[in-house]
Parts: sequence; C-alpha cells; structure tokens
Amino acid sequence: MNINLTLFGQMIAFVLFVLFCMKYVWPPIMAAMQERAEKIADGLAAADRAGHDLELAQEKAVERLKEAKAEAAGIIDAANKRGNQIVEEAKDQARVEAERVKAAARAELEQDINRAREQLRGQVSALALAGAEKVLAAEIDASAHNELVDKLAAEL
Amino acid sequence: MAAEGQTVSEYIIHHLTNLAYGKLPGGYVRDDGSVIPDGGMWTMAHSGAETSAMGFMAVHVDSMVWSIGLGLFFCWLFRRVAVHATSGVPSGVVNFAEMIIEFVDKTVKDTFHGRNPLVAPLALTILVWVWLMNLMDLIPVDIIPWVLMQFGVHFQKIVPSTDVNITMGMALGVFILMLFYSIKVKGVGFIKELTLNPFNHPVFIPVNLFMEVVGLLAKPFSLGLRLFGNMYAGEMIFILIAALYGAGIAWAGVAGLLQIGWAIFHILVITLQAFIFMVLTIVYLSMAHEDH
Repeated sequence: MNINLTLFGQMIAFVLFVLFCMKYVWPPIMAAMQERAEKIADGLAAADRAGHDLELAQEKAVERLKEAKAEAAGIIDAANKRGNQIVEEAKDQARVEAERVKAAARAELEQDINRAREQLRGQVSALALAGAEKVLAAEIDASAHNELVDKLAAEL
Repeated sequence: MAAEGQTVSEYIIHHLTNLAYGKLPGGYVRDDGSVIPDGGMWTMAHSGAETSAMGFMAVHVDSMVWSIGLGLFFCWLFRRVAVHATSGVPSGVVNFAEMIIEFVDKTVKDTFHGRNPLVAPLALTILVWVWLMNLMDLIPVDIIPWVLMQFGVHFQKIVPSTDVNITMGMALGVFILMLFYSIKVKGVGFIKELTLNPFNHPVFIPVNLFMEVVGLLAKPFSLGLRLFGNMYAGEMIFILIAALYGAGIAWAGVAGLLQIGWAIFHILVITLQAFIFMVLTIVYLSMAHEDH
C-alpha cells in the first residue's frame, strides 16, 4: 500500500470526468426528460379535453335525433291527412258520377216506358178497330161477346 | 490458482502488488543485482519492494489504466445516451441510463437543498464510475493477470478501488470541493464554525479548532478509506478462495461454492459502496452549503 502520484492522477481524472458529465451528459438528458414529462402532461390534458368534447358531441347528437324524430312524425301526420283528403275527394267524385249514371238510366227507362206506352196505345186502337170489325161482321152473340171481350182484356 | 513453484503467500502478495512505473533513487540495488546510477532512474518496478523504494514518485499503471478506462467508458455510454435522448419513447440503454439519472437526481434533491449545478453530475459520475471500478472485483482474480502475464506484464490489479490512491484521490477531490464551497458560501462564517464550536468562548478557540479540524479531516479519510477497506477486504477474500483451488480436488469444490456465494454477496457490496460514496459526497457538500 503505497501513496504515490496515482493519487493526483486519479484526482485529475476525477475532475475531468465530472466536468465532462456536467457539461455534456447531465444537461441534455435532464432536458430531454423534462421535455418528455411536459409532453406527457400535455397529452393527458388533451385526452381530458377530448373526453369532454365527446360528451358534448354526444349530447348534441341526442338532441338532433330528437328533432329529426319530431320532424318525421310531423311529415307522416301531414301525409296521412292528405291521403284521407284524397280518399274523401275520390269518394265524393264517385258518388256524383253514380248519381249521374243513375239519372241517365232512369231517363232512358222512362223514355222506353213512354215508347212502349205509345206502341201499346197504337196496338190497342188497332185491336179495338179489329174487335169492332169483328163485332160488326159477326152476329151479336152475348156469349160470343163476352168471349171476345175477355180475349180483348187478356190482350191488353 | 497459484503458479508453479509459488507458495500461497507469494501468490497473495503477487496479486496485491500494483504494476508501477516510477523513479528509483540513485544507488538502489535492484532484484537482478544491477545498481541504479546517481540521480535516479524512471523505470517499471519489478517487485513490490522496488515500488516501495520509489516512494511518492511512482504511478500505479494498472490502477490508472483501469480507472481512466472505466471512466471513459462511463463518459462514452452516457454521452451516447445524451445524444440519443429525446422527448419521445425511450428504449434500451437510454431507458436504463435515465433510470439511473432519475435515481441520482431524486437522491440529490432529497439531500441537497441548495442550488448548485455541479452536485448532481458529480453524484452521477461517482455512482457509476465507482460502481464500474468495483465491478472489476467480480471478474475472477486470475483471468486478466494471467493473460497479461503471457505478454510479459508481471503485475496487474484490475480493481482500481482496491488501491488506496484511487479512493483517496476521489475523496480528496470531494474534500477540496467541500473547502471551496464552505469558503464561498459561508466566508468568515466558515472560520467561526471552526473556531467557536462547540464551546462558544474565545478561550476555547484552540480546543475548538483542534476538534473541528479533526472532524473536518475525518470526512475525506472516512470516505476514501471506507471504500478502499471494503473493496480491499472483498478482493482479499476472492484471492484466498482462488488460492484454495490449489489445495486439491476436494478443496476446489468447496472453493467453487465459496466463490459463487461470495460473488453473489459482493454484487450487493459493490453497489452499496458506490451508493454510500455518492450519498456521503452529497451530504458533505450539502453541509458545506448550509450556513448555521
């Protein structure tokens, strides 16, 4: 165990290494670590903010959905109303048309009846003429008359 | 294991001898019989006795090379981390280095309340450098000396912290910083602290001065010698265990178990000693900054 110049050699080396560490090692590493700590803190804050924003957005979305539902219900209502209106209108039109057709039919029928009556009238007069001819031509016979008259009546 | 024709005590002494380069005094008779000319001569020491004869004018080459080499390794490693450190996601060695730095930073902030940009890098340097020097203790004691022996290097102590010069060199460095900051921060208060404590009366100034100076000097000595003592004792036990391998097959088995056990235990010791050196440095500098 000798004390010698090694002592000073080590002291000088010690000083140099400490100076090197103090100048070129410690500050950059500490700076990087601090910067990272700040970055992480910022990141956490941003995450918090994002969570808050998300909540707001969700609330807004729910509101919009509600509005849209209300609007859709209004539209459906209006459509139903309009549909009913159309149906009513169609019914009315149909009714009017039916009346018109019925009236036309009735008029035609009446015309037919009148025509038939005219015809009948014509035939009756012709028949009456024929009957009178026969009466005048043949002997008057009560039973024969009766029979004739009956026949006449049946023909009417 | 002891080399051929070497007794156990020779083996141990060989392992505890540093590789020294220094100035032998004039007229010194070397082991091979040659005599150093007048005026002395700078040369490699061929034995422990020659190293002793060199006195103060010698350098332990092995201690210096390993110590500076490990210091450079520390600087290279952490400089690389500093260059690669970004605020992004750290990975691999950057992560590891940042873990150490964060630990050192926390320890410094817990203990040292002043503002001094020197203390934290100083603490980091001490922690990692001392730990690396201590780590050399876990390399089996014979490997590197044996390899170097093949290249003609006769002595090699690869654990710098088992050299009292190394540990005291660092402790004295810390001591100089303590004195510097005591005077810078407290000024005259530092003189008062040395002379008027613990007995606050002019009559007791010599007594106070003596007690305070002893207390002050005890700090660097306890700092340096604690590390040296622990590492030296640990190294000695490794050497003794290694010597046991030469005592026969049966003993080799025991030695193997002992070596594994002691090495595992020593992982704790080297880390603890590096940590203690760092914490005490911070505490001493903190005391130097505090005005009473």
